[in-house]
Amino acid sequence: MDSAFTASSSAVGEAPTSGEHRMGTTIVGVCYNGGVILGADSRTSTGTIRFLLDLHVLWDVLALPWVDSAWGTGNSVADLGMYVANRASDKITSLTDNVYVCRSGSAADTQVISDYVRYFLHQHTIQLGQPATVKVAANLIRLLAYQNKNMLQAGMIVGGWDKYEGGQIFSVPLGGTILKQSFAIGGSGSSYLYALLDHEWRDGMSQEEAEKFVVKAVSLAMARDGASGGVVRTVTINADGVTKNFYPGNKLPLWHEELEPHNSLLDILAGGSPDPMVQ
Amino acid sequence: MASDTGASYGSTLRYKSVERIKAVGKHSLIGASGEFSDFQEILRYLDELTLSDHMWDDGNSLGPKEIHSYLTRVMYNRRNKFDPLWNSLVLGGVKKGPKGEEKYLGMVNMIGTHFEENHIATGFGNHLAIPILRAEWHEDMTFEEAVKLVEKCLLVLLYRDRSSINKFQIAKITTEGATIYPPYSLKTYWGFAHFENPAQGAVGSW
Repeated sequence: MDSAFTASSSAVGEAPTSGEHRMGTTIVGVCYNGGVILGADSRTSTGTIRFLLDLHVLWDVLALPWVDSAWGTGNSVADLGMYVANRASDKITSLTDNVYVCRSGSAADTQVISDYVRYFLHQHTIQLGQPATVKVAANLIRLLAYQNKNMLQAGMIVGGWDKYEGGQIFSVPLGGTILKQSFAIGGSGSSYLYALLDHEWRDGMSQEEAEKFVVKAVSLAMARDGASGGVVRTVTINADGVTKNFYPGNKLPLWHEELEPHNSLLDILAGGSPDPMVQ
Repeated sequence: MASDTGASYGSTLRYKSVERIKAVGKHSLIGASGEFSDFQEILRYLDELTLSDHMWDDGNSLGPKEIHSYLTRVMYNRRNKFDPLWNSLVLGGVKKGPKGEEKYLGMVNMIGTHFEENHIATGFGNHLAIPILRAEWHEDMTFEEAVKLVEKCLLVLLYRDRSSINKFQIAKITTEGATIYPPYSLKTYWGFAHFENPAQGAVGSW
């Protein structure tokens, strides 16, 4: 979830490998008839669009966005080339044994928030004498997100199971709003999923249906969102505990205009088709 | 009091079933537009306020005038610190006073502007609904008349406010208490001949 004009911490002329890490992301959380399933992609990227100080430079950049000389002007310029810092990150983080959170936005901000909330919930569990509820976990996330709204860029989906209310999903977007929902989507890739969810979401799916649906949604978003990619990770939380699944990039379904992967062109040619344009 | 149930994020209609009108204590309703997280925080403040009011256990309870006054102080003080709660709040209620049943309707916004009036609107409603209300509101309307009037405004806002959605909630507050009706949608009218073929008289026009 990147915003358009954010100051980057790295200086002009530095390699695109350094700089603030953000998770242009796709995150999803759904309730099914026994619990919740959280899903996410695994791409962490660096490089942000920075404040444009010099209008002259701006014109150049808009005309030739990918020319290297723009780096050497000495003024802040629009972002050139996002580097994938981690292609297999785990954006679904545990808060307690029964509550997990999907993180999107600034990697640093969401890591720090999760760490604090995990710490608070640990103490809360000791004092309470039983597992924390999903609502409490979500509200602690909200507290940090709301009270520090001017400094944080963190969009989170909290999901879990407790014995009082069963499976629950809470959305905590950028301003610190908290909303309980039967399904939630977030991150930059979520733009591509609003229509899919409107069209295909049903309440009370089975665990298998819900898992397939989450993987489908995340992989469709990954197909179109440049800031999402890698593998799909899912975490299922229900009365029996937590199950984690891993869907590597090469095992995801193929969508429109995507082709079957091969080891080499030579294999295709050896396969006997004389026309290289045949698909 | 009526609102639609949408909450947008920029131009994206992100949440479609959000309750923007809530009961406060026994005598009031609060409706909000603007930043939803700030509205949730205001509801927490009001919870604290009504709770400590209840704990006095003195037979008294805060009425709409008092709640409005409290909110005005909160909003204006935040504005003075250059850290506003980014909302326009509508506060309505009924409480039995020395002169009998006293109805109250007022608003307060993020800069602390506040007033009391017989009809209130926020956002686009100020431009589209207030003129209708000024023409057609009168004293001693029945509940049915009031609903019809408010629906007239909601429909105009649905046609002409880009961020409105066709899912509404109406709430009423009387001495018996607050009732928040379930969400519903209105029928829209598109049957103008000109709508079907707007370019008929002038090709390329709209």
